[in-house]
Amino acid sequence: MVAATPTVSAAELANIARTLRSHVVRMIAAAKSGHPGGSLSAIEIITALYFGRVLRHDPKNPAWPDRDRFILSKGHGVPALYAALAESGYFPVTELMTLRQVSSRMQGHPVQGLTPGIEASTGSLGQGLSVGVGHALAARLDGKSFRTYVLLGDGECQEGQVWEAAMTAGNYELGSLTAIVDSNRYQLDGAVEDINSLVPLDAKFESFGWRVIDVDGHDVGAVRVALHQARESHDVPVCIIAHTTKGKGVTFMENNNEFHGKSPSADQLQVALSQLAE
Amino acid sequence: MTTANALPMGLATREAYGQALLEVGTANRNVIVIDADLAKSTFSWTFGKVFPERFFNIGIQEANMVGIASGLASSGKIPFISSFAAFILCKGFDQLRMGAAYPKLNVKVAGSHGGISIGEDGVSQQSVEDVALACALPGFVVCIPSDEHTMRAAVRAAAEHDGPVYLRLGRPKTQIVHEAGVHFEFGHSIEVRDGHSLTIVANGLLVAQALLAADTLARKGIEARVIDMHTVKPLDTAALERASHETGAFVVAEEHMHHGGLGSAVAQALVAGTPAPVEYVNLGDRYAESGKPDDLLDKYGMRAKNIVSAAERVLARK
Repeated sequence: MVAATPTVSAAELANIARTLRSHVVRMIAAAKSGHPGGSLSAIEIITALYFGRVLRHDPKNPAWPDRDRFILSKGHGVPALYAALAESGYFPVTELMTLRQVSSRMQGHPVQGLTPGIEASTGSLGQGLSVGVGHALAARLDGKSFRTYVLLGDGECQEGQVWEAAMTAGNYELGSLTAIVDSNRYQLDGAVEDINSLVPLDAKFESFGWRVIDVDGHDVGAVRVALHQARESHDVPVCIIAHTTKGKGVTFMENNNEFHGKSPSADQLQVALSQLAE
Repeated sequence: MTTANALPMGLATREAYGQALLEVGTANRNVIVIDADLAKSTFSWTFGKVFPERFFNIGIQEANMVGIASGLASSGKIPFISSFAAFILCKGFDQLRMGAAYPKLNVKVAGSHGGISIGEDGVSQQSVEDVALACALPGFVVCIPSDEHTMRAAVRAAAEHDGPVYLRLGRPKTQIVHEAGVHFEFGHSIEVRDGHSLTIVANGLLVAQALLAADTLARKGIEARVIDMHTVKPLDTAALERASHETGAFVVAEEHMHHGGLGSAVAQALVAGTPAPVEYVNLGDRYAESGKPDDLLDKYGMRAKNIVSAAERVLARK
């Protein structure tokens, strides 16, 4: 298990990210299905949240009422989250290898109430930000200080419900809500820009009343800084646009949309693991 | 014995919904009410004007409203969300599936202006498939109260129930079928008239019509049992089994399309237990149109006279 020390350095976080990536490719290879591209692009974001002392959470008490909430709205990236939850101590690391098998808690997309640490059932894109608005409203109603983080895909932002939720969060000035967009520039059928462009995504969120922070989504230290800046925001919701590379860390998967939803072969797995060990 | 002619006119069930929200919200501060710009039509505003801090009119965003309710329920609140039945079920269905049914959350859904009795606004606002959709959400309680008393009781029961609930509310003022203190539980039907010739199973507006039909049938020497089957899911199969043994024929009357509503549920239960002939009074496999509510119910065949005809048909098959 990876321990989050109070003074965890960016270099240590980068090592954790490498460990999570290895889990992801192993899990998906064992399952012979899954979404490596969008899992690998989200690794530094999830690493910073869980190991960069951003999220206040207790793996031994997943229902702690004052915990920060993390909602993976881009549910197909869940192998990355399972890896972080296992390394945080929510369940044994060995359980990761049961991904997508019958009777496993490692379902193909996140399932609330089944897997410790999973806050929302997602996988039908576009819904997580609304759920985050609900948590943030509950915090305000109860005078609690927990914060809510929602990770979206950039392709996911084509869903209209994302903008319904963004409008509501902006108008309600939900300062405890942070959205993070894993902007890897690809969706299943190709490039987001070619299919239905989101440009300018930052101006869109800003016009809905959000503060926007741009960050290199693979500079884990920078992602951590951005998340801590968002923590200090209390007046309006913050959107962190994390510029990422789909399939990051495995050369033959990077920007290769073939690996949006395809598992690596046994040989490809060995190549991937050797690259991640370097 | 309850006779229809003596039934006084009561509130619309949507108005009773608003009153009951205020009651449960006064008793429990975890009750949160959300509406999507129909708060004056659904009467959720009755709660909102008293508890503005626990009331959110989030605008015309049904899908977002369901998602927000999912988050609120996950953080320990009891959200009641309302809109027209046609909008909240059709536009919020995926969100209800992922955010309420699958995680078994405490989300209470009120679909107002159910059926065709919303009237003049026409098909876009008329919900004729909401019961089928709600029944297709695993774990949901699906309830269509027939009058203001059972609507208030249903809201109380929904607030107490641990899990997702769908309540259908109606637009027009509705005859009072039950006593104010009637015993009410989800899944337990209420026999409003005894009889042994056949059983009329109805819910919503059609319960009063069933009682009127039973009066007509009684004049012909036919004694109809009338059951208010307010909960379509879970269904009171024990009452149906008893009625099948004791009356041997059924008419199922509801303000809904033919498929997936009370008629389907009753037929499914009877075939699994003691089969008996069934005739249906409903909209059929179609949409309606604009018009005065009573004119629509006449034209589309959901009146007492239609129940009488169906009763005579089913008795011929008995």
